[in-house]
Amino acid sequence: MTMPVASVAKCKTPAAEHKTAEAKHKTIDIVQERGQREVFCGLTGIVWLHRRMQDAFFLVVGSRTCAHLLQSAAGVMIFAEPRFGTAILDDRDLSGSADFNDELERIVNDLVVRRPEIKTLFLVGSCPSEVIKLDLEKAAERLNKIHPLRVLSFSGSGIETTFTQGEDNCLKALIADMVQGSPAGDDDVAFSRPCELLVLGTVADVVEDQFTRLLQAMGINSVAFLPTRSASRLPLIDQNTKVVLVQPFVGESLRELTRHGLQHIQTVFPFGAEGTLRWLKAIADAFDIDSQHFDRVVEAPLSRARTAMKKVAEPLQGRRVSFFPDSQLEIPMARFLYEECGMQPVEIGVPFFDRQCIGAELDLLPDNIRFVEGQHVDEQLARLHQDQPDLTVCGMGLGNPLEAQGLATKWSIELVFSPIHGFEQAADLAALFVKPLKRRQLLKVPA
Amino acid sequence: MKLALWTYEGPPHIGAMRVVNSMQNAHYVLHAPQGDTYADLLFTMIERQNHRPPVTYTTFQARDLGSDTANLFVESVLDAAERFKPDVMFVGESCTAELIQDQPGSLALGIEGLDVPVVPLEHPAYSRKENYGASEALYAVVRAVLKDDVIPDQRTPSVNLIGPSSLGFRCRDDIKEVMALLQSIGVQTNAVVPLNATLADIKSLPQATANVCLYSEVGRTTCDWLKRQFKQPVIDVVPIGVTATREFVKAVAEAVGVDATAALQNHASRLPWYSRSIDSNYLTGKRVFIFADATHAIAAARVASEELGFEVVGLGTYSREFGREVRAAAESYGIEALITDDYLEVEDAVKSTEPELVLGTQMERHMAKRLGIACCVISAPFHVEDVPARYSPQMGYEGANVIFDSWVHPLMMGLEEHLLGMFTDDFEFSDAAPSHLGSHASYASDSPTGDAITPQQVTPGNIDAVANAAASQTNTAQTDTSQIKTEADGLQGNDSLWTVDAERELKKIPFFVRGKAKRNTERYAGQFGLQTITLETLYDAKAHYSGS
Ligand code: SF4
Ligand code: SF4
Repeated sequence: MTMPVASVAKCKTPAAEHKTAEAKHKTIDIVQERGQREVFCGLTGIVWLHRRMQDAFFLVVGSRTCAHLLQSAAGVMIFAEPRFGTAILDDRDLSGSADFNDELERIVNDLVVRRPEIKTLFLVGSCPSEVIKLDLEKAAERLNKIHPLRVLSFSGSGIETTFTQGEDNCLKALIADMVQGSPAGDDDVAFSRPCELLVLGTVADVVEDQFTRLLQAMGINSVAFLPTRSASRLPLIDQNTKVVLVQPFVGESLRELTRHGLQHIQTVFPFGAEGTLRWLKAIADAFDIDSQHFDRVVEAPLSRARTAMKKVAEPLQGRRVSFFPDSQLEIPMARFLYEECGMQPVEIGVPFFDRQCIGAELDLLPDNIRFVEGQHVDEQLARLHQDQPDLTVCGMGLGNPLEAQGLATKWSIELVFSPIHGFEQAADLAALFVKPLKRRQLLKVPA
Repeated sequence: MKLALWTYEGPPHIGAMRVVNSMQNAHYVLHAPQGDTYADLLFTMIERQNHRPPVTYTTFQARDLGSDTANLFVESVLDAAERFKPDVMFVGESCTAELIQDQPGSLALGIEGLDVPVVPLEHPAYSRKENYGASEALYAVVRAVLKDDVIPDQRTPSVNLIGPSSLGFRCRDDIKEVMALLQSIGVQTNAVVPLNATLADIKSLPQATANVCLYSEVGRTTCDWLKRQFKQPVIDVVPIGVTATREFVKAVAEAVGVDATAALQNHASRLPWYSRSIDSNYLTGKRVFIFADATHAIAAARVASEELGFEVVGLGTYSREFGREVRAAAESYGIEALITDDYLEVEDAVKSTEPELVLGTQMERHMAKRLGIACCVISAPFHVEDVPARYSPQMGYEGANVIFDSWVHPLMMGLEEHLLGMFTDDFEFSDAAPSHLGSHASYASDSPTGDAITPQQVTPGNIDAVANAAASQTNTAQTDTSQIKTEADGLQGNDSLWTVDAERELKKIPFFVRGKAKRNTERYAGQFGLQTITLETLYDAKAHYSGS
């Protein structure tokens, strides 16, 4: 029987989904699938964003489900009082017998007293708040007038966003603030005048430091990363600022910036030795940096990375890998595993295709891959069992069931939770994928 | 609107999922947005379940709203029925779907040609929580299956075990232990619901002589209904601890009409002797703080007080539904129960009662770790390490053995404690790394200005680093008296009262009783209106309170 929910259509990707004067990429066939999705909602981004921006608090306006999701996704580290929380709506809020603004104000007042160090407050929209049409933008404006802290809003709801899109929306809120040009009044180069280069997407602190050193050695001195370590210290930008992505899921933020005249340096993502090299080279070219000088700067870390990769990635050679849709990192990871580790991607599921972000990666992938956009998890599992890849990259809910069925898996969430960018982390990234395979070889107990 | 940072319970549909996931060949179609699929990992990660929970989510999106969400739901039901061929299909909605009012229950019941019994679940997602959802889901399926049945003419001398479920604390091992216990007195287990139950098991419930309500949070409503409907008595004794297990055996024997005298003569638990052995003397009066679901909180308090000789200094629950029972229990220990689902309130209560042991959920584990207090998890919500590979029930005689081991282990050993007390200057007895407990008892600074070690820095990986930092900090404090009070101790109190001498003496008291000594001395000073605390005051206070 054909499953009614799975409306499968074969189609070409819309050629110019986003009208920009950017490079043309090759066209690929994409299967579009509709059915049960097994992907977190955008609220999940809060789990890393609140660690990255140490002076920000994320207040979800939602339900007990939202609170439970956050704690289950973050569940593992409850050592500190979190810088996020959920204003749980109850019957009184729904029936309208409690005034939304008063209630929110009461909660924010308490928060401000409890956490005086908080400088920026994000009101985060959820499915419930959106379905009952609470206007968080207005609410933020109101609170801004009452409190000395800055209040912004964005949506992380599951009806509007998947897993990593929450970060995209959060950055968009910050960018809206930045383009209004609220000067940070800071001595730091990137903050006292418009920066030359803006790197978009969360990276580990150590990665930021490594990239900053390399870029400065190349001669690009004022580099800023967004999100910043502090949400109240935003970099200045203007039309001369160039922007490069470091994560594939920040497309809306990118378009917001290009709309304001920033130039997008389109390239692959800095994963692996070659990916990092291409990424840095694209930046160098955009800044007209002398290529001999560039070579000198990257020589040592590049050869370190290549040597380390050679040692680590060997067990991946010739293995087949499939991806379940999750963080939007599927395409860049497939490129890394194909190009640098010799793996053959079988099926790559992606929540959605954003050509502007991953076009350069697609160009480097071979043709014999099944690309799927959207998801029907049961159908996808059936295909997976047919395909029997050597490694499946999937979310945490599916990992153990697949392992129990004899398939080696890698949790995709580790890819957003660990430092994997750049030369020095190239081998670590490969090692993440090697580990499940190695472990299976190691274990002599019967399955 | 209420602010929640961490929550003890999920929303009601999670409870329903626990029931459906417990059963064999049941399925749940949940009208919900995609993010709600996170719930799968609760089962596959925490309990390491080797299959996906039997749940289909409709995962509607914004673009579906107002057009075909109802249709999407109907299609999902048909698809799931075809694909999974369940014996029974639960249908329901999460908080977001409740707002769009598609009424999945009536939609599913209206599907023509749907060849599977449907159990519609409706639980108010904005006012109730997980345990309520579990309890109602179990009640709904039991009622749906049995509502037209009559009281059987004949009953087998057996009982049903009601309440064990997925993600319930140690349920897997508890039912094994309780069934063996019942067998030892010649009583059969007729059915266990919902864990591993089939529809046939539910159908057979009225056959048993009585129902054992093992976990009220999940089973109470069902037991009450079965009692009304089929005149089955309910056995309420939860067999956690030796005494309760004996009472349980007696109650079952009475209800079923068997003679358990022989079985009651030899209780197969080591707890009573272990607790009486001289080595356990040091357990006397250990201050214990308990916060859990009602079933485990009440049971733990009794075991702690009657079988281990602890002093129960705090008792509470997040199960508001059973607040009355927990209040009554607390009263019997001369304390006031804490009924809340706000973990910050629990943390404050832990701080102010200064327990030596915390028995709680994973939330309490984390706060205890932060505060440097020994802790053992005794109740849901729990994390993956509380689903041990080995057999470790809480119930029955073996359960009592497990409890003795796991509650006593985190505490300081008897003679070790004395040695620490005698030779406080031994450099290896630093405050931060006492005895075999190592990382556990790193009394992280808790003072508002205690910036030397902040809770944020304490992650599993760097506990040692923190312990070392705490150690070196202590050393500085010993040479520089001006620093002693706030940083090294990290204990709340009125430091300005203390003279340097008295403070130095206070430091010689082992850290695990220092808090108590400090508190008592300050109380003594307050009582007698003293402006300063001298060395003399310290010992006056000690004498004043000794024996109390
Ligand atoms: S330390 Fe806490 S979060 Fe981590 S596994 Fe243990 S209980 Fe879970
Ligand atoms: S999917 Fe919606 S309701 Fe569910 S957790 Fe995410 S925002 Fe909350």
